[in-house]
Amino acid sequence: MPKITYRDSFGESRTIEAELGTTVMENAIRNAVPEITAECGGGCACATCHVYVDEAWLDLVGKPSDQEEDMLDFAYKVQPNSRLSCQIKVTAELDGLVVTTPERQG
Amino acid sequence: MSESIKTDVVIVGAGPAGLFAVFELGLLDIKCHLIDILPKPGGQCAELYPEKPIYDIPGHPLVTGQGLVDQLLRQIEPFQPTFHYGEMVEALEVLGTAEAPLFRVRASGGQSFECKVVIVAAGGGSFQPKKPPIDGIEVFEDKSVFYAVRKMEDFRGKNVVIVGGGDSALDWTLNLAPIAKRLTLIHRRDDFRGAPHSVKAMRELVAGNQIDLHIGQISALAGEAGELSAATLKASDGSAREIACERLIPFFGLTMKLGPIGDWGLNLHENLVPVDTEKFETNIPGIFAIGDINTYPGKLKLILCGFHEGALAAQKAHRYVYPDKRLTFQYTTSSSNLQKKLGVN
Repeated sequence: MPKITYRDSFGESRTIEAELGTTVMENAIRNAVPEITAECGGGCACATCHVYVDEAWLDLVGKPSDQEEDMLDFAYKVQPNSRLSCQIKVTAELDGLVVTTPERQG
Repeated sequence: MSESIKTDVVIVGAGPAGLFAVFELGLLDIKCHLIDILPKPGGQCAELYPEKPIYDIPGHPLVTGQGLVDQLLRQIEPFQPTFHYGEMVEALEVLGTAEAPLFRVRASGGQSFECKVVIVAAGGGSFQPKKPPIDGIEVFEDKSVFYAVRKMEDFRGKNVVIVGGGDSALDWTLNLAPIAKRLTLIHRRDDFRGAPHSVKAMRELVAGNQIDLHIGQISALAGEAGELSAATLKASDGSAREIACERLIPFFGLTMKLGPIGDWGLNLHENLVPVDTEKFETNIPGIFAIGDINTYPGKLKLILCGFHEGALAAQKAHRYVYPDKRLTFQYTTSSSNLQKKLGVN
């Protein structure tokens, strides 16, 4: 199973094993990763699962959709590598993905 | 202050659980007032995902958030509930006893209610504006920083900065531009979610040099004693500049907070209200909690669970509202009495 590393805003890292086809948000919630709220439960209807994608993974993860961009408007400290983790599907090629969580979600 | 409204039940929250509770209570001749912080019914369904399909409502293979709300409103129409929108329940006072509960509930607008039963159907809490992550913004709030426009006059002749890219930001840009000294709209990207005609009208004001549009985010505020004088704009290329700013209106959407419910003396567990699974009653007799706000062993945050919880809570509520009446269980399919209440017979 692909591994995902979540780095929190204090610099602490947690690596978990993710099931293929799930989302980066779901795996955070299932493993009680801090700093991800996911208020709307994965509907791309809030902006509380905001993560920064590690530069090395940006191309593979891809760009946010228009709808996701609209939601990112509500997130804090949005950067060019900002994504909503509920919109990142876990694939085999994302094995090793590193994301950082912001200090605030909502 | 206006006179207290006397009613059987006050429902806190007009989301799907609160709306369906009106139906179950209505069948038992119990009258309700609903109070919700949003300007419309439907809670999260209407505010967070009106267009999104829901697949797990029994009997509806697919219904959108708003579609479900519209159907629920139709379903409870015969019971004529009274809605109080844009208000939050601020205080709750226990007037009665465990056997004969009576409560006084005060809403943020000043209206108070006297009721025998309170049903907390507040979902994830009340929707409140998100605050931008700017250090020290609190000292300017309500004096120079506003999360909604209540009185347009507060903005006349001022340097106004609006932040956001949706309809609220665009509408207030268009409305305040004529009366502000200078209006600046700031958004993190040069792409706006608002209605196309509003975007067009805004672009025309920018082209005519009547307002300024900057792409970036506000990183700092300057001013004294709550009076704002300038905001620092950080552009996406990292450069910073100062903008004259006496009034700041950030539109960053809404988030949910438990709010004053936490101060009513209810037991809380991780911001949820524990209830029993027979009546969905809280530790205070006469106060029930249904839907996403409650917790019990095996709780699932599903709309359909909120419906079930409302039905059972209504049975116990009946004992408080009509202590001398015996309740006989009836089906809407066969009871002419219930059908009459629904206006179908």
